Amino acid sequence: MITTVTSLGRSGLSDWLIQRVSAFVMTAYLFFIVGYLLANPELSYSQWADLNSSLPMRMFSLVTMLSIAAHAWIGMWCVLTDYVTVRLMGPKATAIRIFFQLGMIAIILLYVIWAIDILWGI
Amino acid sequence: MEKKRPVNLDLGTIALPITSYVSILHRASGVIMFAAVAVLLWILESSLASEASFNELTNLFAHPICQVIVWGTLAALAYHSVAGMRHMIMDFGIGEDSFQAGRLSAWVALVLAAVVIALITSWVIL
Repeated sequence: MITTVTSLGRSGLSDWLIQRVSAFVMTAYLFFIVGYLLANPELSYSQWADLNSSLPMRMFSLVTMLSIAAHAWIGMWCVLTDYVTVRLMGPKATAIRIFFQLGMIAIILLYVIWAIDILWGI
Repeated sequence: MEKKRPVNLDLGTIALPITSYVSILHRASGVIMFAAVAVLLWILESSLASEASFNELTNLFAHPICQVIVWGTLAALAYHSVAGMRHMIMDFGIGEDSFQAGRLSAWVALVLAAVVIALITSWVIL
């Protein structure tokens, strides 16, 4: 069964590395946001908007969003190629899997565009 | 390749070790997070769109249905992050040399995730 054509990096090793680099970026972002919210329990709108409209924070948020996109693509590819298979679902499995993968890719692209719209619309 | 090879993947008849449950939950929480990104982006958008929508978030977080959605999102994120960090630590060669070490780190990850989810639960309710 041909599955690599819909993987992100077209190679298992490349996907493996992207999955870990993106995980590192997202974890750093998660720790930063949680730490910031804990350090500022009485957070005001102006303070929050100032933080998120600064260029470094916009870059950090955008890189995190792109990491989410790559990470979700690779993760959903793993799940779909494991369970939506001809052995488990019969001959229609490949068509169903491609349908779900294209839908997944479309949703990821919408997430990225939405995030850019939020971050540069402050 | 022989097409009708015997395959036994009836999970009901296989006794799974703790590492399997940690792995299955990691996958399930990952699939949940794929949808929950929409929840996180919605919260980010509301918190940044205007001062009014920022203040409105506090009221929304008091609504039971919103609380369930936010709790589910944060709980899945917490579990997926903890289980992911376990994988990263193993990738650096720590605790990946024996099944014993794998079982132990699986339990540590489960307990740690449970503690973080308990903290999230108390934060969502209060």
